[in-house]
Amino acid sequence: MVWLLALAIGALYAGGLYMMLRKTMVKLLIGLAMIGNAANLLIFTSSGIVRSKAPLVPKGAKTVEPPFADPLTQALILTAIVIGFAVLAFALALVRRTYEAVGSGGLEDMTEE
Amino acid sequence: MEPLIAVTAIFALALLAPQTSRLLAHRAGWLLSLLPFGLFAWMASLSPAVNADPPKWNQPWVPEIGLNLAFRLDGLALLFGLLITGIGGLVLVYAGEYMKGDPRAGRLLSFLLFFMGSMLGVVLADNLILLFVFWELTSVSSFLLIGFNSDEEGSRRGAIQALVVTGGGGLALLAGLVWMGQAAQTYEISNLPSLAGHPAYAGLFALVAIGCFTKSAQFPFHFWLPNAMKAPTPVSAYLHSATMVKAGVYLLARLSPTLGGTQIWEVTLTAVGGATMVVGGGLALIQYDLKRILAYTTVAALGTLVLALGIGGEKAAGAAMAFLLAHALYKGALFLVAGAVDHGTGTRDIRALSGLARQMPITGFAALLAGLSMLGVAPMGFLAKEMAFEAALSSPLAAVQAGALSLAAVAFAWVAFVVGWRIFRGTPSQPDAHEGSPGLWLGPMVLGLLGVGLGCAPAWLEGFVGSAAANSVMPDYQGHWSLWHGFNLALGLGVGCIVLGLVGARASERAVAWGAERKAVVGCERAYDAAIAGANRLAETFTSLVQSGRLRVYLQTTIGTTLVLLAAAMLRWTPDFPNRPFDVRPHEVLLLIAMLAGVIGAAHSKSRLSAVVILGVVGFGVALTYVLLGAPDLAMTQIAVEILTVILFVLTFIHLPKFQRASTLPTRLGDAAVATVFGAAMGFLCLVASEQRYGEPVSAYFVENSYPLAHGRNIVNVILVDFRGLDTMGEITVLALAGLGVVALWSAKRSGGGASTR
Repeated sequence: MVWLLALAIGALYAGGLYMMLRKTMVKLLIGLAMIGNAANLLIFTSSGIVRSKAPLVPKGAKTVEPPFADPLTQALILTAIVIGFAVLAFALALVRRTYEAVGSGGLEDMTEE
Repeated sequence: MEPLIAVTAIFALALLAPQTSRLLAHRAGWLLSLLPFGLFAWMASLSPAVNADPPKWNQPWVPEIGLNLAFRLDGLALLFGLLITGIGGLVLVYAGEYMKGDPRAGRLLSFLLFFMGSMLGVVLADNLILLFVFWELTSVSSFLLIGFNSDEEGSRRGAIQALVVTGGGGLALLAGLVWMGQAAQTYEISNLPSLAGHPAYAGLFALVAIGCFTKSAQFPFHFWLPNAMKAPTPVSAYLHSATMVKAGVYLLARLSPTLGGTQIWEVTLTAVGGATMVVGGGLALIQYDLKRILAYTTVAALGTLVLALGIGGEKAAGAAMAFLLAHALYKGALFLVAGAVDHGTGTRDIRALSGLARQMPITGFAALLAGLSMLGVAPMGFLAKEMAFEAALSSPLAAVQAGALSLAAVAFAWVAFVVGWRIFRGTPSQPDAHEGSPGLWLGPMVLGLLGVGLGCAPAWLEGFVGSAAANSVMPDYQGHWSLWHGFNLALGLGVGCIVLGLVGARASERAVAWGAERKAVVGCERAYDAAIAGANRLAETFTSLVQSGRLRVYLQTTIGTTLVLLAAAMLRWTPDFPNRPFDVRPHEVLLLIAMLAGVIGAAHSKSRLSAVVILGVVGFGVALTYVLLGAPDLAMTQIAVEILTVILFVLTFIHLPKFQRASTLPTRLGDAAVATVFGAAMGFLCLVASEQRYGEPVSAYFVENSYPLAHGRNIVNVILVDFRGLDTMGEITVLALAGLGVVALWSAKRSGGGASTR
């Protein structure tokens, strides 16, 4: 499974960077979202992967028997997903506002010169 | 903690000064001067204690780094403290009257008090770092005061120049002081041992010397002082003649027992002091602006003090202290006279001034007294000069030191004649000249009288402060001050210099005319200008090099750096993952294929909508991955976020144009290559990271205690809302702020002021 994840993460990073290097603000944001997903997956993988065993304490038990997925990385990533969304929402609003002000969706129209 | 209270009280008074000035107008200075005069009396009353055993105060501040609010009042501190508070009080009175009717008077008084507190801190501090803090505060207040007339170009330039030169020296000084503290194992000044034989001596002496030389306007840093004359005259009298510029001399004197007595010390101080005396004295003769004349002689006088400290020995220490006092008195008086003349006639050009004695008799008398002291005839000046010559003549470098002293003495006599006598004699050239109010002549008169009077009682003066001050410079000082030493070489040299100076002053007009034609900036100042211009050019070049303003370039730089660092770290690794089983299941492969297709599709898509839909597909793929790997909470969140993201994108698109202007094929191929390399590196990193394990994961604690302590069965949730609840609080705050930002940006459109944004 780790091989597949490595491939997926690599592809998401590559695709994200490629999109960020384009000239349009919207593509920049799509790329940003992709790289965000890639980073989350990378952190997730680095804590070790366990198939379909969520960190849930079964009824009647006091603790969960290994192996189970690391709950701490999950908590971290959960925070990261939400923050990533907040950033994206703000960036989208900013893009819209910028377009209204500059009259273009192109990144290079915003540099002085 | 009297010194701390004293300094704090002055700072507090600085805050009250503007209000006082508003209430009392030009009489505010009289009221404000009560504090410095009170402190003057307090310090004077401590003189017996200072002579017996200098009082110390210590209050820990940051003891871990050896920084204490330590103060000590020894002879040297007493001498400076009396000058700072005494002249300071007179200058406050003077400044109030000088600025009469000017709405900025309160600000000037406030800055002057701010400086007074800082300077008092410098001389009372008994901790190297504390001393440095006050030292820098004096530089800041000096900057504020030189640039007081901020609407004048020259004023701003002078202020910045002074700050750059003294501030730059301050940096060297800080390094030197810290180094010294490390070498001596203490930051307490009164406990410093002699470092003359320490291996780091040369280095730390050089750094400290640069700090002192810049502050005290020594050659080749002397140029800032004449330019500082753009400040109002009371400031020039106080900061740039009597006190602040002597801070460097003070520190050299203070550290004389620690760093002095070596050949490096003697040669450096003699060379720099001597050069400063010659340059300052020479340039003073060709100026026509009263204040610039006085500024250049101040430069020469500071050089004299540095030279005297360089000579070392008892005689020189006594001479330095006597000259320091004499100079502060006569030069302070002459600056105040220059201000009064400017005030009474509207000009400071000596070519246009003559016969002022009839119109400004009191000021003229004060100028005469001060001039006599500068000439070296009135007791205080005579005493100082005799002692300096004697000290120089008995040193191994006698020829150089006595030579420099003679040249300076000739210049002093010349200038004393011009400033203290000639402009007051002859036929009046300024019909409107008039005497100022008492506040304007009190200061110069008191200083002038003291310059004569104190010198008449050398034994008393020595017992009061002189001996103790010299003792701080030269422990076990035994010398004694007297006016008459018999007919000797020193007396002969002194008289000779006076005669030469007075004869030379006949050529003053020609010298001034010659100097007035030469507007060229002096060499050292040109070097300063070149350095500043060079720094600006360097900054511009560097900025335009690294700040292209193009996102592409920033991204490429960031990614490139990341790749290099990653490669450096990973290539040293012998990977183990090739041996791992290729354990995959069919549905996982399908998921991967869907995600890969999504990524490629998004990169290729020509339409915005399809790109966003594909982004959604990829997001759902990630969510499914979470499901497969035991993270249902992540999957749920991811799905919710993906839906919202797509909605937001679509809402935004309604207002945006279609994708345009595709890059050229080579650009796209190049970007794709960079992106592929980056992706490969990150995939590789993923493989490497997944097999690294350092120590025990901290999550074991959460797993064990989730149910017993927090009564929650979903460990991820318990971590979020309980164990790491504060983090979640922060996360919510970020979300709320982003929400506010979005609302603000969306509603901004309705107010319609869009076109001006750039």
